[in-house]
Amino acid sequence: MSETLHAVSIEVNGKRREAQVPARLSLVDWLRDELRLTGTHVGCEHGICGACSVMLDGEPVRSCLMYTVQANGHRVTTVEGLARPDGSLSVLQDSFCETHGLQCGYCTSGMLIAAQGLLNANPNPTEEQIRDAIGGNLCRCTGYQQIVEAVELAVKRLRETK
Amino acid sequence: MKSAPFEYARAASLAEACDLLARHGGDAKLLAGGQSLVPMMAMRLLRPAFLVDINEIAALKFVSGEKDVARVGACTRQCVVDRDEALAARVPLLRQALAWVGHVQTRNRGTVGGSLAHADPSAELPLAARVLGAKMVLRSSKGSRTLEAEKFFTGPMSTAVRPDECLEEIHWPVWSEKRAGSAFTEIAIRHGDFAMVAAAAQVALDADGRCTRAAFGLGGAAGTPLAFPKIAARLVGTKLEDKAIEDAASDVSKETDPGADLHATKEYRRHLARVLAGRVLRDAREKAKLQ
Repeated sequence: MSETLHAVSIEVNGKRREAQVPARLSLVDWLRDELRLTGTHVGCEHGICGACSVMLDGEPVRSCLMYTVQANGHRVTTVEGLARPDGSLSVLQDSFCETHGLQCGYCTSGMLIAAQGLLNANPNPTEEQIRDAIGGNLCRCTGYQQIVEAVELAVKRLRETK
Repeated sequence: MKSAPFEYARAASLAEACDLLARHGGDAKLLAGGQSLVPMMAMRLLRPAFLVDINEIAALKFVSGEKDVARVGACTRQCVVDRDEALAARVPLLRQALAWVGHVQTRNRGTVGGSLAHADPSAELPLAARVLGAKMVLRSSKGSRTLEAEKFFTGPMSTAVRPDECLEEIHWPVWSEKRAGSAFTEIAIRHGDFAMVAAAAQVALDADGRCTRAAFGLGGAAGTPLAFPKIAARLVGTKLEDKAIEDAASDVSKETDPGADLHATKEYRRHLARVLAGRVLRDAREKAKLQ
Protein backbone atom coordinates (compact mmCIF):
# COMPACT_ATOMS: atom_id res chain seq x y z
CA MET A 1 0.00 0.00 0.00
CA SER A 2 1.40 3.37 -0.91
CA GLU A 3 0.86 6.07 1.65
CA THR A 4 0.14 9.67 0.87
CA LEU A 5 3.22 11.84 1.26
CA HIS A 6 3.04 15.32 2.75
CA ALA A 7 5.43 18.14 1.90
CA VAL A 8 7.08 19.69 4.93
CA SER A 9 9.46 22.58 5.43
CA ILE A 10 11.00 22.58 8.89
CA GLU A 11 13.86 24.63 10.33
CA VAL A 12 16.22 22.22 12.05
CA ASN A 13 19.15 23.67 14.01
CA GLY A 14 18.96 26.86 11.98
CA LYS A 15 18.79 25.16 8.56
CA ARG A 16 15.61 24.87 6.51
CA ARG A 17 14.92 21.28 5.53
CA GLU A 18 12.34 20.23 2.95
CA ALA A 19 10.96 16.69 2.73
CA GLN A 20 8.07 14.48 1.66
CA VAL A 21 6.90 12.35 4.56
CA PRO A 22 4.13 9.89 5.33
CA ALA A 23 1.76 11.26 7.98
CA ARG A 24 2.63 8.57 10.52
CA LEU A 25 6.38 9.22 10.49
CA SER A 26 7.29 10.46 13.97
CA LEU A 27 9.46 13.53 14.27
CA VAL A 28 12.22 11.57 16.02
CA ASP A 29 12.36 8.97 13.24
CA TRP A 30 12.62 11.71 10.62
CA LEU A 31 15.40 13.49 12.52
CA ARG A 32 17.40 10.30 13.01
CA ASP A 33 16.70 8.24 9.90
CA GLU A 34 16.35 10.93 7.25
CA LEU A 35 18.51 13.78 8.56
CA ARG A 36 20.95 11.44 10.35
CA LEU A 37 20.79 13.63 13.45
CA THR A 38 21.30 10.63 15.70
CA GLY A 39 22.05 12.62 18.85
CA THR A 40 18.32 12.49 19.66
CA HIS A 41 17.62 9.04 21.02
CA VAL A 42 14.62 6.76 20.70
CA GLY A 43 13.67 5.17 23.99
CA CYS A 44 10.16 4.05 24.77
CA GLU A 45 8.46 5.59 21.72
CA HIS A 46 5.32 6.38 23.68
CA GLY A 47 6.14 9.45 25.68
CA ILE A 48 7.42 8.08 28.97
CA CYS A 49 11.23 8.19 28.95
CA GLY A 50 12.09 11.65 27.58
CA ALA A 51 15.13 10.41 25.62
CA CYS A 52 13.72 11.89 22.40
CA SER A 53 13.27 15.43 23.81
CA VAL A 54 13.89 18.23 21.32
CA MET A 55 12.98 21.90 21.32
CA LEU A 56 9.97 22.88 19.25
CA ASP A 57 9.92 26.66 18.77
CA GLY A 58 12.28 26.90 21.75
CA GLU A 59 10.41 24.68 24.22
CA PRO A 60 11.20 21.05 25.10
CA VAL A 61 8.76 18.49 23.71
CA ARG A 62 8.85 14.75 23.07
CA SER A 63 9.61 14.09 19.44
CA CYS A 64 8.14 10.58 19.57
CA LEU A 65 4.73 12.12 20.33
CA MET A 66 4.71 14.35 17.26
CA TYR A 67 4.29 13.40 13.67
CA THR A 68 6.77 15.08 11.33
CA VAL A 69 3.93 16.72 9.38
CA GLN A 70 2.94 18.57 12.54
CA ALA A 71 6.32 20.29 12.68
CA ASN A 72 5.76 21.81 9.24
CA GLY A 73 6.49 25.53 9.46
CA HIS A 74 8.04 25.21 12.92
CA ARG A 75 11.55 25.39 14.35
CA VAL A 76 13.24 22.33 15.83
CA THR A 77 16.46 22.29 17.86
CA THR A 78 18.13 18.96 18.59
CA VAL A 79 21.06 18.25 20.88
CA GLU A 80 23.36 18.86 17.89
CA GLY A 81 22.00 22.41 17.84
CA LEU A 82 23.05 23.11 21.42
CA ALA A 83 26.78 23.18 20.60
CA ARG A 84 28.53 26.45 19.78
CA PRO A 85 28.73 27.44 16.08
CA ASP A 86 32.35 26.16 15.91
CA GLY A 87 31.18 22.75 17.11
CA SER A 88 32.67 22.99 20.60
CA LEU A 89 30.51 22.06 23.57
CA SER A 90 28.15 24.57 25.17
CA VAL A 91 28.67 25.50 28.82
CA LEU A 92 25.86 23.14 29.78
CA GLN A 93 27.26 20.23 27.74
CA ASP A 94 30.75 20.79 29.13
CA SER A 95 29.34 20.85 32.66
CA PHE A 96 27.88 17.37 32.09
CA CYS A 97 31.45 16.21 31.27
CA GLU A 98 32.91 17.96 34.31
CA THR A 99 30.54 16.44 36.86
CA HIS A 100 30.34 13.06 35.15
CA GLY A 101 26.66 13.74 34.46
CA LEU A 102 26.34 10.64 32.30
CA GLN A 103 27.21 6.98 32.36
CA CYS A 104 25.84 5.09 29.36
CA GLY A 105 24.76 8.34 27.70
CA TYR A 106 21.40 7.15 26.44
CA CYS A 107 19.34 9.73 28.32
CA THR A 108 21.92 12.50 27.95
CA SER A 109 20.57 14.29 24.88
CA GLY A 110 17.11 14.42 26.41
CA MET A 111 18.53 15.61 29.73
CA LEU A 112 20.47 18.37 27.93
CA ILE A 113 17.38 19.55 26.07
CA ALA A 114 15.28 19.52 29.26
CA ALA A 115 18.00 21.39 31.19
CA GLN A 116 18.54 23.91 28.39
CA GLY A 117 14.79 24.53 28.29
CA LEU A 118 14.90 25.27 32.01
CA LEU A 119 17.89 27.62 31.72
CA ASN A 120 16.25 29.52 28.85
CA ALA A 121 13.17 30.15 30.99
CA ASN A 122 14.94 30.55 34.32
CA PRO A 123 18.70 31.31 34.47
CA ASN A 124 18.81 30.89 38.26
CA PRO A 125 16.90 27.73 39.09
CA THR A 126 16.82 26.16 42.54
CA GLU A 127 17.79 22.52 42.98
CA GLU A 128 14.10 21.68 43.29
CA GLN A 129 13.34 23.43 39.99
CA ILE A 130 16.19 21.53 38.32
CA ARG A 131 14.83 18.22 39.59
CA ASP A 132 11.35 19.15 38.40
CA ALA A 133 12.64 20.14 34.94
CA ILE A 134 14.32 16.75 34.38
CA GLY A 135 11.45 14.88 36.08
CA GLY A 136 10.14 13.71 32.72
CA ASN A 137 13.47 12.15 31.70
CA LEU A 138 14.46 8.68 32.84
CA CYS A 139 18.10 7.74 33.50
CA ARG A 140 18.37 3.97 33.85
CA CYS A 141 21.93 4.27 35.20
CA THR A 142 20.21 6.33 37.92
CA GLY A 143 22.91 8.97 37.80
CA TYR A 144 20.51 11.75 38.63
CA GLN A 145 22.66 13.33 41.31
CA GLN A 146 25.50 14.19 38.93
CA ILE A 147 23.03 15.42 36.32
CA VAL A 148 21.62 17.86 38.87
CA GLU A 149 25.18 18.87 39.76
CA ALA A 150 25.94 19.42 36.07
CA VAL A 151 23.05 21.84 35.71
CA GLU A 152 24.04 23.62 38.92
CA LEU A 153 27.61 23.96 37.63
CA ALA A 154 26.36 25.35 34.31
CA VAL A 155 24.21 27.89 36.17
CA LYS A 156 27.24 28.99 38.20
CA ARG A 157 29.52 29.24 35.15
CA LEU A 158 26.95 31.14 33.09
CA ARG A 159 26.41 33.57 35.96
CA GLU A 160 30.18 34.19 36.28
CA THR A 161 30.66 34.89 32.57
CA LYS A 162 27.92 37.52 32.54
CA MET B 1 6.84 3.53 11.99
CA LYS B 2 4.84 2.69 15.08
CA SER B 3 1.37 4.00 14.19
CA ALA B 4 -0.84 2.26 11.66
CA PRO B 5 -1.32 4.25 8.44
CA PHE B 6 -3.85 7.09 8.48
CA GLU B 7 -4.91 9.99 6.32
CA TYR B 8 -4.01 13.39 7.71
CA ALA B 9 -5.33 16.91 7.28
CA ARG B 10 -4.23 20.06 9.04
CA ALA B 11 -7.38 22.11 9.59
CA ALA B 12 -6.89 25.85 9.10
CA SER B 13 -10.11 26.81 10.86
CA LEU B 14 -12.68 25.34 13.21
CA ALA B 15 -15.20 25.31 10.35
CA GLU B 16 -12.81 23.21 8.28
CA ALA B 17 -12.22 20.82 11.18
CA CYS B 18 -15.98 20.41 11.63
CA ASP B 19 -16.43 19.82 7.88
CA LEU B 20 -13.77 17.11 7.94
CA LEU B 21 -15.40 15.49 10.97
CA ALA B 22 -18.82 15.62 9.28
CA ARG B 23 -17.36 13.85 6.25
CA HIS B 24 -15.28 11.22 8.07
CA GLY B 25 -17.32 10.92 11.30
CA GLY B 26 -16.53 7.82 13.31
CA ASP B 27 -13.38 7.03 11.28
CA ALA B 28 -11.76 10.32 12.24
CA LYS B 29 -10.06 11.51 15.40
CA LEU B 30 -9.10 15.04 16.34
CA LEU B 31 -5.38 15.48 16.99
CA ALA B 32 -4.69 18.19 19.57
CA GLY B 33 -1.50 18.01 21.67
CA GLY B 34 -1.22 14.29 20.98
CA GLN B 35 0.16 13.46 24.42
CA SER B 36 -2.43 10.71 24.96
CA LEU B 37 -3.63 9.96 21.43
CA VAL B 38 -0.18 9.43 19.89
CA PRO B 39 1.02 6.90 22.52
CA MET B 40 -2.23 4.98 22.05
CA MET B 41 -1.65 5.01 18.30
CA ALA B 42 1.99 3.98 18.79
CA MET B 43 0.79 0.97 20.75
CA ARG B 44 -1.93 0.46 18.13
CA LEU B 45 -4.62 0.54 20.78
CA LEU B 46 -6.19 3.04 18.38
CA ARG B 47 -6.07 2.99 14.60
CA PRO B 48 -8.10 5.95 13.34
CA ALA B 49 -8.35 6.09 9.55
CA PHE B 50 -8.22 9.88 9.52
CA LEU B 51 -6.57 12.47 11.77
CA VAL B 52 -7.79 16.05 11.81
CA ASP B 53 -4.95 18.16 13.22
CA ILE B 54 -6.34 21.20 15.05
CA ASN B 55 -2.99 22.50 16.37
CA GLU B 56 -2.76 25.37 13.91
CA ILE B 57 -6.24 26.80 14.55
CA ALA B 58 -5.45 30.11 16.25
CA ALA B 59 -9.10 30.66 17.21
CA LEU B 60 -8.91 27.65 19.55
CA LYS B 61 -6.01 29.12 21.54
CA PHE B 62 -6.94 31.84 23.96
CA VAL B 63 -7.56 32.69 27.59
CA SER B 64 -10.12 35.41 28.20
CA GLY B 65 -12.78 36.19 30.67
CA GLU B 66 -15.95 37.84 31.72
CA LYS B 67 -17.10 38.60 35.23
CA ASP B 68 -18.23 35.14 36.34
CA VAL B 69 -16.41 32.95 33.89
CA ALA B 70 -12.91 32.38 32.55
CA ARG B 71 -12.92 31.13 28.97
CA VAL B 72 -10.14 28.89 27.71
CA GLY B 73 -9.85 27.80 24.08
CA ALA B 74 -9.77 24.02 23.72
CA CYS B 75 -6.37 23.92 21.98
CA THR B 76 -4.65 26.20 24.51
CA ARG B 77 -1.46 24.51 25.67
CA GLN B 78 -1.32 23.47 29.32
CA CYS B 79 1.94 25.45 29.76
CA VAL B 80 0.20 28.63 28.57
CA VAL B 81 -2.60 28.20 31.09
CA ASP B 82 -0.05 27.39 33.79
CA ARG B 83 1.81 30.68 33.19
CA ASP B 84 -1.29 32.88 33.04
CA GLU B 85 -1.22 34.95 36.25
CA ALA B 86 -4.65 36.56 35.73
CA LEU B 87 -6.24 33.15 35.22
CA ALA B 88 -4.42 31.73 38.25
CA ALA B 89 -5.92 34.51 40.36
CA ARG B 90 -9.44 33.90 39.06
CA VAL B 91 -9.47 30.08 38.86
CA PRO B 92 -6.61 29.04 41.18
CA LEU B 93 -7.61 25.37 41.06
CA LEU B 94 -6.47 25.18 37.42
CA ARG B 95 -2.82 25.94 38.16
CA GLN B 96 -2.96 23.76 41.28
CA ALA B 97 -4.20 20.86 39.14
CA LEU B 98 -1.68 21.47 36.35
CA ALA B 99 1.20 21.12 38.82
CA TRP B 100 0.36 17.39 38.85
CA VAL B 101 -0.10 16.97 35.09
CA GLY B 102 2.70 15.08 33.35
CA HIS B 103 6.03 16.84 32.89
CA VAL B 104 7.40 20.02 31.30
CA GLN B 105 7.68 18.38 27.87
CA THR B 106 4.11 17.06 27.91
CA ARG B 107 2.62 20.31 29.27
CA ASN B 108 4.40 22.25 26.52
CA ARG B 109 2.46 20.28 23.96
CA GLY B 110 -0.62 18.97 25.78
CA THR B 111 -3.81 21.03 25.57
CA VAL B 112 -6.58 21.72 28.06
CA GLY B 113 -9.30 20.51 25.71
CA GLY B 114 -7.34 17.43 24.76
CA SER B 115 -7.05 16.31 28.35
CA LEU B 116 -10.78 16.86 28.94
CA ALA B 117 -11.81 15.09 25.73
CA HIS B 118 -9.50 12.16 26.47
CA ALA B 119 -11.35 11.81 29.80
CA ASP B 120 -8.91 9.61 31.65
CA PRO B 121 -10.71 8.94 34.96
CA SER B 122 -7.53 9.67 36.94
CA ALA B 123 -6.58 12.85 35.04
CA GLU B 124 -6.34 16.18 36.85
CA LEU B 125 -8.06 18.63 34.49
CA PRO B 126 -11.26 16.57 34.19
CA LEU B 127 -11.43 16.50 38.00
CA ALA B 128 -10.97 20.28 38.22
CA ALA B 129 -13.68 20.72 35.58
CA ARG B 130 -16.06 18.40 37.44
CA VAL B 131 -15.51 20.03 40.84
CA LEU B 132 -15.99 23.56 39.54
CA GLY B 133 -18.84 22.63 37.17
CA ALA B 134 -17.01 23.83 34.06
CA LYS B 135 -19.02 24.02 30.86
CA MET B 136 -17.77 22.61 27.55
CA VAL B 137 -18.77 24.28 24.31
CA LEU B 138 -18.99 21.74 21.48
CA ARG B 139 -19.11 22.74 17.83
CA SER B 140 -20.20 20.80 14.77
CA SER B 141 -21.05 21.86 11.24
CA LYS B 142 -24.69 21.89 12.38
CA GLY B 143 -24.20 24.29 15.29
CA SER B 144 -23.00 24.36 18.86
CA ARG B 145 -24.16 23.12 22.25
CA THR B 146 -22.89 23.46 25.78
CA LEU B 147 -22.53 20.63 28.28
CA GLU B 148 -21.79 20.74 31.99
CA ALA B 149 -18.87 18.61 33.14
CA GLU B 150 -21.30 16.24 34.87
CA LYS B 151 -22.96 15.42 31.53
CA PHE B 152 -19.74 15.63 29.54
CA PHE B 153 -17.89 12.74 31.21
CA THR B 154 -19.76 9.50 30.60
CA GLY B 155 -17.21 6.81 31.50
CA PRO B 156 -13.52 5.88 31.38
CA MET B 157 -12.05 7.58 28.27
CA SER B 158 -15.62 8.36 27.21
CA THR B 159 -17.45 11.64 26.78
CA ALA B 160 -20.73 12.84 25.34
CA VAL B 161 -18.86 14.41 22.41
CA ARG B 162 -20.40 13.13 19.17
CA PRO B 163 -18.17 11.93 16.32
CA ASP B 164 -18.86 15.11 14.32
CA GLU B 165 -18.19 17.51 17.22
CA CYS B 166 -15.09 19.42 18.26
CA LEU B 167 -14.57 20.84 21.74
CA GLU B 168 -14.27 24.57 21.13
CA GLU B 169 -13.84 26.19 24.51
CA ILE B 170 -14.22 25.60 28.22
CA HIS B 171 -15.98 27.98 30.59
CA TRP B 172 -14.49 27.85 34.09
CA PRO B 173 -16.72 29.38 36.78
CA VAL B 174 -15.04 32.19 38.72
CA TRP B 175 -16.04 32.43 42.38
CA SER B 176 -16.71 36.03 43.30
CA GLU B 177 -16.42 35.56 47.09
CA LYS B 178 -13.58 37.55 48.62
CA ARG B 179 -12.56 34.74 50.95
CA ALA B 180 -12.23 31.68 48.74
CA GLY B 181 -9.55 29.02 48.65
CA SER B 182 -8.85 25.87 46.71
CA ALA B 183 -6.49 22.91 46.80
CA PHE B 184 -5.49 19.90 44.73
CA THR B 185 -3.51 16.82 45.71
CA GLU B 186 -2.97 13.27 44.61
CA ILE B 187 -1.06 10.08 45.28
CA ALA B 188 0.80 8.53 42.36
CA ILE B 189 3.73 6.13 42.26
CA ARG B 190 5.96 8.85 40.79
CA HIS B 191 5.23 12.52 40.27
CA GLY B 192 3.63 12.94 36.83
CA ASP B 193 2.25 9.40 36.71
CA PHE B 194 -1.44 8.59 36.69
CA ALA B 195 -3.00 9.30 40.06
CA MET B 196 -4.18 6.36 42.13
CA VAL B 197 -6.54 8.85 43.72
CA ALA B 198 -6.66 12.63 43.23
CA ALA B 199 -8.71 15.14 45.21
CA ALA B 200 -9.70 18.76 44.62
CA ALA B 201 -11.67 21.23 46.71
CA GLN B 202 -12.75 24.84 46.68
CA VAL B 203 -14.48 26.63 49.57
CA ALA B 204 -15.67 30.14 50.36
CA LEU B 205 -15.96 31.68 53.84
CA ASP B 206 -17.84 34.70 55.17
CA ALA B 207 -16.27 37.34 57.44
CA ASP B 208 -16.85 35.11 60.50
CA GLY B 209 -15.13 32.15 58.88
CA ARG B 210 -18.39 30.33 58.20
CA CYS B 211 -18.51 28.31 54.99
CA THR B 212 -20.86 29.80 52.39
CA ARG B 213 -20.00 27.51 49.49
CA ALA B 214 -18.05 24.29 49.09
CA ALA B 215 -17.23 21.99 46.20
CA PHE B 216 -14.98 18.98 46.15
CA GLY B 217 -14.39 15.76 44.28
CA LEU B 218 -12.16 12.80 43.53
CA GLY B 219 -10.34 11.43 40.51
CA GLY B 220 -9.18 7.87 40.00
CA ALA B 221 -11.94 6.58 42.25
CA ALA B 222 -14.48 5.68 39.55
CA GLY B 223 -14.92 5.63 35.78
CA THR B 224 -15.40 9.39 35.70
CA PRO B 225 -14.24 12.20 37.98
CA LEU B 226 -16.63 12.45 40.92
CA ALA B 227 -18.11 15.45 42.74
CA PHE B 228 -20.05 15.28 45.99
CA PRO B 229 -22.51 18.20 45.97
CA LYS B 230 -24.75 16.78 48.73
CA ILE B 231 -21.90 16.18 51.14
CA ALA B 232 -20.42 19.58 50.23
CA ALA B 233 -23.78 21.23 50.96
CA ARG B 234 -23.65 19.85 54.52
CA LEU B 235 -20.44 21.79 55.08
CA VAL B 236 -22.14 25.09 54.29
CA GLY B 237 -22.92 26.94 57.51
CA THR B 238 -20.18 25.17 59.48
CA LYS B 239 -16.84 26.78 60.25
CA LEU B 240 -15.18 23.86 58.47
CA GLU B 241 -13.88 22.58 61.78
CA ASP B 242 -11.62 19.54 61.43
CA LYS B 243 -14.45 17.37 62.78
CA ALA B 244 -16.91 18.56 60.08
CA ILE B 245 -14.30 17.91 57.42
CA GLU B 246 -13.48 14.46 58.82
CA ASP B 247 -17.16 13.54 58.75
CA ALA B 248 -17.49 14.73 55.15
CA ALA B 249 -14.36 12.82 54.10
CA SER B 250 -15.61 9.70 55.78
CA ASP B 251 -18.99 10.03 54.01
CA VAL B 252 -17.14 10.41 50.72
CA SER B 253 -15.18 7.22 51.17
CA LYS B 254 -18.39 5.36 52.05
CA GLU B 255 -20.00 6.59 48.82
CA THR B 256 -16.99 5.69 46.72
CA ASP B 257 -16.57 2.29 45.15
CA PRO B 258 -13.17 2.43 43.45
CA GLY B 259 -11.66 -0.29 41.29
CA ALA B 260 -8.52 -2.28 42.03
CA ASP B 261 -5.42 -2.76 39.92
CA LEU B 262 -1.81 -3.85 40.25
CA HIS B 263 -0.88 -0.64 42.08
CA ALA B 264 -3.71 -0.16 44.54
CA THR B 265 -6.42 -2.30 46.04
CA LYS B 266 -10.00 -1.13 46.39
CA GLU B 267 -9.49 -0.73 50.16
CA TYR B 268 -6.36 1.35 49.69
CA ARG B 269 -8.07 3.64 47.18
CA ARG B 270 -11.01 4.07 49.55
CA HIS B 271 -8.56 4.94 52.31
CA LEU B 272 -6.89 7.49 50.01
CA ALA B 273 -10.31 8.93 49.12
CA ARG B 274 -10.96 9.72 52.79
CA VAL B 275 -7.50 11.02 53.59
CA LEU B 276 -7.10 13.14 50.46
CA ALA B 277 -10.63 14.58 50.60
CA GLY B 278 -9.91 15.71 54.14
CA ARG B 279 -6.55 17.11 53.16
CA VAL B 280 -7.79 19.28 50.27
CA LEU B 281 -10.73 20.58 52.29
CA ARG B 282 -8.44 21.65 55.13
CA ASP B 283 -5.93 23.19 52.70
CA ALA B 284 -8.70 25.07 50.86
CA ARG B 285 -10.04 26.34 54.20
CA GLU B 286 -6.61 27.60 55.27
CA LYS B 287 -6.10 29.39 51.96
CA ALA B 288 -9.54 30.99 52.21
CA LYS B 289 -8.74 32.21 55.72
CA LEU B 290 -5.67 34.04 54.41
CA GLN B 291 -7.81 36.09 52.01
